[in-house]
Amino acid sequence: MIALLRRDLALAVRAGGGFGLGLAFFLIVIVLVPLGVGPDATLLGAIAPGMLWVAALLAALLSLDRIFALDFEDGSLPLLATSPLPLEGVALAKGVAHWITTGLPLTIAAPALGFLLNLQPSAYVWLFASLALGTPALSMIGTFGAALTVGLRRGGLLMSLLVLPLYLPTLIFGAEAVRRGAEGLPAATPLLMLAGITLGAFALLPVAASAALRVNLR
Amino acid sequence: MSIWEYANPKKFIATTTPVVPWVLWLSVALLAIGLIWGFFFTPDDFRQGSTVKIIYLHVPAALMAINAWFMMLVASLIWLVRRHHVSALAARAAAPVGVVMTLIALFTGAVWGQPMWGTWWAWDPRLTSFLILFLFYLGYIALWQAIEDPDTAADLTSVLCIVGSVFAMLSRYAVNFWNQGLHQGTSVPVVTGGRSVADVFFVPLVVCMVAFGTLFIALVLMGTATEIRARRIKALETRMRG
Repeated sequence: MIALLRRDLALAVRAGGGFGLGLAFFLIVIVLVPLGVGPDATLLGAIAPGMLWVAALLAALLSLDRIFALDFEDGSLPLLATSPLPLEGVALAKGVAHWITTGLPLTIAAPALGFLLNLQPSAYVWLFASLALGTPALSMIGTFGAALTVGLRRGGLLMSLLVLPLYLPTLIFGAEAVRRGAEGLPAATPLLMLAGITLGAFALLPVAASAALRVNLR
Repeated sequence: MSIWEYANPKKFIATTTPVVPWVLWLSVALLAIGLIWGFFFTPDDFRQGSTVKIIYLHVPAALMAINAWFMMLVASLIWLVRRHHVSALAARAAAPVGVVMTLIALFTGAVWGQPMWGTWWAWDPRLTSFLILFLFYLGYIALWQAIEDPDTAADLTSVLCIVGSVFAMLSRYAVNFWNQGLHQGTSVPVVTGGRSVADVFFVPLVVCMVAFGTLFIALVLMGTATEIRARRIKALETRMRG
C-alpha cells in the first residue's frame, strides 16, 4: 500500500502528472471572483469563506478522473486488482495520494489566497483547519466517483454530476466553520462534523469504491 | 409460496398486468375524489385563503418523492444481495417517477410561496434538501443512461443509490444546521402521533396521499414491465443477428 502510494505520488509529481494544475486552477478561480463581483472589500470579505471553499472543491474535482483512468488504460488496474493487496486498500491508497497531490497544496495555499479576497484575520486559522479536515473527505468521495465511472469513455462530466451532490455536506460544514470563524462565533461544531464526515468517508467509501471497481473490471 | 417468486420476470408480468389497470383506476378515482373534495368542499383558511388548497398536491408529491428514493434503496439492496433482475429494473423505473414527484413538490411549493412568503424561492432547509434530492435523482438517472451493459449499470447504480442515501441524509442534517427555516413543520407528524392540519383539510389530504401512493405503485409496475419487455426485445434481436 505504501509502495502504491509512493508510485502514485511519483507519477503525479513528475512531468505530465499535472501536479500543479489543481493549484493553478484554484488561484485562477479566486482571481476571477473579484473580477466578476467587483472590488468592494466588504462584499469580498463577506463571500470569501464560501468562495474559497467552492473554489477548493472545484479544484479537487478537476483532477479526479486521473485517479483511475490512466491505470485503467494502461492495464495496471487489473494487475492491482489481482495483487495480494485488497482492492479496498488500493482505493484507500489512491484517495490518500489524490489528497496529498491536490488537497494538501490547496490547504496550504488557501490562506495566501484569503488575502486576495479580504478574508477576516480571525478566519485564517479556521480556513486552514477546515480545509485540512475537509479536503481528505473530498478526495475519498472523489475516488468513489472515479471508481464508478472508470469504465466509461466520457466519464468526466458524468462524474461531476455524481460527485458534486455528494460534496454538499462537506462544503456546507466547511464553509460554515470559516464563516463562523470570520464572525468570531464558536466554530468547533461544524469542524467536528467535518472531521466526522472525513472519518466516515475513509472508513466506508473504500469498500464502496472497490465494489464499483470490481464491477467495472468484470 | 414466497414473495421471491415474483422475481421471475414471466411471473411478474403475468401477475402485474391484470392488476395494473385496477391500481391505476383506483388512484385516478381517489385523486379525483381527493382533489375535488379538497378544492371545492373545504373552507378557505382564515389566514391563507384558498392558496392553502395547493397542499393537496404539494404534500403527497413531496411524500412520494422521498418514498420513491427509499423504494429505490430497498430495490438496490435486493439486487445486490439476491441478484433479481426485476428488482434492479423496478429501481430504474422508480427514478423518473421520483424525479417528477420532486419537481411537482418544488413547483407547487414555489407557486404557494409566492403569495404567502412573497418569494418563489428561499434557501430554506426543506427547500434546499429537496433541490439536493433532485440532484441525486439526476445523477442516478444519468448513470443508468451512461452505461450500456445492463448488469454493470444495475450494479453501479445500486452502489450509488446506497452511498447517495447516506449522503442525502447527511445533507438533510447539514442543511438544517446551515440555515434557519421558513418552511412550516411537517403536516403529518408520524413520530408524535399528533397532527398540525385541521380535520376538515386532513381527510381529503389523506385521500390524496393514498392516491399518489397508488399512482406511484401503478407507474412503477408499468415501468418495470416495460423494461422487462425492452430487455426481451434486445435479447431476441441479438439472437436473430446470430
